[in-house]
Amino acid sequence: MLQKTRISAAFIMLFLITFFFVDFAGLLPRKIQLLTTIQFVPALLAVNIVVIIALLILTFLFGRVYCSVICPLGIWQDVTERIAKLFNKRKKYKFLPARNILRYGILAVVTIAFLGGFTLLLSLLEPYSIFGRIASNILRPIYMYGNNLLFNVQGKLNSSSLYIVEIAVRSIFSLVVASISLLIVSFLGYRYGRLYCNTICPVGSLLGFISKFSLFKIQFDKNACNSCGACATKCKSSCINVKEHKIDNSRCVACFNCLPACKKNAINFKYSLGKNNKTAEEDIPNSSRRTFLTLTGAGLITIPIAKAQSSIGALNSKKPYKKLNPLSPPGSISAKNLQDHCTACHLCVSRCPSHVLKPSFTEYGLSGIMQPMMSFDKGFCNYDCTVCSHTCPNGAIIPLTKEEKHKTQMGRVVYTMSNCLVYTDNTDCGACSEYCPTQAVTMKPYKNGLTIPTVNPEICVGCGACEYACPAQPKAINVEGNVIHLKAKPFEEEQKKDVKIDSFGF
Amino acid sequence: MDRRDFLRALALTGLATTVRPNETFDLLMQRNEETAASKAYDMVAVMGGEPDVMFRHAIKEMGGMGQFVKRGQKVVVKPNIGWDKVPELASNTNPKLVAEVVRQCFSAGAKEVVVFDHSCDDWRKCYKNSGIEEAAKEAGAKVIPAHEESYYRQISLPHAKNLKTAKVHKAILDSDVWINIPVLKNHGGAKMTISMKNMMGIVWDRGYFHENDLQQCIADICTLPKRPVLNVVDAYRVMKSNGPRGRSTSDVVLAKGLFLSQDMVAVDTAAVKFFNQITNMPLEQVEYIVNASNLKVGSMNLNKMNIKRIKL
Repeated sequence: MLQKTRISAAFIMLFLITFFFVDFAGLLPRKIQLLTTIQFVPALLAVNIVVIIALLILTFLFGRVYCSVICPLGIWQDVTERIAKLFNKRKKYKFLPARNILRYGILAVVTIAFLGGFTLLLSLLEPYSIFGRIASNILRPIYMYGNNLLFNVQGKLNSSSLYIVEIAVRSIFSLVVASISLLIVSFLGYRYGRLYCNTICPVGSLLGFISKFSLFKIQFDKNACNSCGACATKCKSSCINVKEHKIDNSRCVACFNCLPACKKNAINFKYSLGKNNKTAEEDIPNSSRRTFLTLTGAGLITIPIAKAQSSIGALNSKKPYKKLNPLSPPGSISAKNLQDHCTACHLCVSRCPSHVLKPSFTEYGLSGIMQPMMSFDKGFCNYDCTVCSHTCPNGAIIPLTKEEKHKTQMGRVVYTMSNCLVYTDNTDCGACSEYCPTQAVTMKPYKNGLTIPTVNPEICVGCGACEYACPAQPKAINVEGNVIHLKAKPFEEEQKKDVKIDSFGF
Repeated sequence: MDRRDFLRALALTGLATTVRPNETFDLLMQRNEETAASKAYDMVAVMGGEPDVMFRHAIKEMGGMGQFVKRGQKVVVKPNIGWDKVPELASNTNPKLVAEVVRQCFSAGAKEVVVFDHSCDDWRKCYKNSGIEEAAKEAGAKVIPAHEESYYRQISLPHAKNLKTAKVHKAILDSDVWINIPVLKNHGGAKMTISMKNMMGIVWDRGYFHENDLQQCIADICTLPKRPVLNVVDAYRVMKSNGPRGRSTSDVVLAKGLFLSQDMVAVDTAAVKFFNQITNMPLEQVEYIVNASNLKVGSMNLNKMNIKRIKL
């Protein structure tokens, strides 16, 4: 019964969270996002106290239920384990000693690296983000391909419920990382059950430390047990030691597979007196002071750079503009804040309806590899859209209202006249100004009745629409990232005048 | 006749029998229909009403929608749905007007009416927030996407100067007739956007226009054989500044106008003159109108036209 409940809950969880990642058409309600906010590392980074305490209490009460029902990567390993059983019906597990030095060593190294400002290690090993990258970089394109296939089979143009989508791999590097993670985790799951969770996963190690002391746990009834070992052969955590009648509860993921295996009712999930009631509160970093200091520090350096950038007018020869800083998503506050909180799950990249977010390579530096940045080759940031800010479970991108977003300056426009078609070809163009939501790029009289762009970086929000739209090669208009997001000046509205038109004028 | 000539003749005959009606043929047929139906006016201009009411008056003066849409025809209605903006901001064609045109097409016996635009902002947001998707669907139209290159087919434009080929949305190419419903706006690049500028929304590669003299390319695309049978200029709310996207309602003037014509050049000329009363816009600055007139797309000479003016 317990086992069946666990399987159904896990299945629903995996389905919903996967579908949320691949769902380009927005079929699922946005509330499904909740499933990502209850993930352990995101909650930790977002300092989501309620979720952290709830998860710790859950673990303290019932053991690592989290690993079996909430963690999508954990559930995925159960799927691969099932597949293994299809091929080998007699697949058996056996007890293995715990690799405590390895697992707690990894936990310690990851924690230290993270506190030292190097988030990448956590991003690479943390299960939710691994799963996110798999879903976003591998499953999503497959889902889209399926959609296009279906569209072509149906062959109907006159249906807007089904439409062709462009499948683009936004970052080869992320695809490779996701593929390697998928291969390793799936192989371990296929071959050794929950070996990943019990040796590498930092969340598994942390929760395992607590689940040792949980109130409800799997226990032997030594009197009833005939030491047949059937339970141990079912244990994908390899944590049941039949010889000594001991269970390593730090590795047990509460999958309950052992329960129906026992014919003697000698193994049970039941209440036991907890001894050392120790929680892991001290592991929650209080990052606000750090963030404040780094923000201020970075600001001192970058604001002048940003200001200097925007004042560069026309450059001399026709050459591409080289960005000094990438643009971080609206609501990310600063590149530093993003770097400290983002574990590169790519949920924002998946959910961005404008195709403007993509995983970075080394633009943010080594530690920021695979974190989201704005790229204007496939799209630009919709002026009224705040989807990504409401999507991030890590608090790397904080929620913005539409009004707040309008005032957020992610970057500033830089115009390179020597590349501009109006200047080089003496023709009308204005594509940049056409797309600009605040008219930070406007067309001013030039010569022979032509108009030419002029920029006002103060009111620019950095959406990149101008850069996206610019037809010149190399681009004549670019957006330079603000290392710390600034406040965009509100544009001055013209006086609304009541024009009375009485005649046709022709 | 030697053997070579004989074979050549044979091949040509065979080739000729395989030729199927294409856009050029459509043009010929369309022209025939046009001449067959006797229009009362070259242009109808209406002022002072709601968008749908003005259209009903205008189309009646033109002799009814039956003049343009025949029973059983596949019709495309092409509004401007370029931006993720609500109707009050006048960045897109008025949804009430779109719905009314769709309804009239069906009343005239259209088999199906398709609505689309190649949007600038994310198309799903544009379709939704412009109110056009909902209004058009309610009126019975099919609203289809245009955001993917595979929806387009290449055609050649033999009479064009710079734009010799273009990828045009299949819905237009496969339709029997189509109706162009632009909204009248100021435009940072092209100076004005009206019916000819709205043609950029049936094309895939707009970057090419900007790279190869925007003002000429706009005129060029208007030489396509399959021109709209009707252009309905929505000047109910007019974006007087910061177009084509606009920033706020202060860019918008409630002008309550509507112009109807088969001649794109004429209707755009009229619309610029109307617009010039709100914001200064000399006609010669809107170069594509002159360019299109030179390509014989239509006539700028409103004085020689039979124009019906109605004030409601």
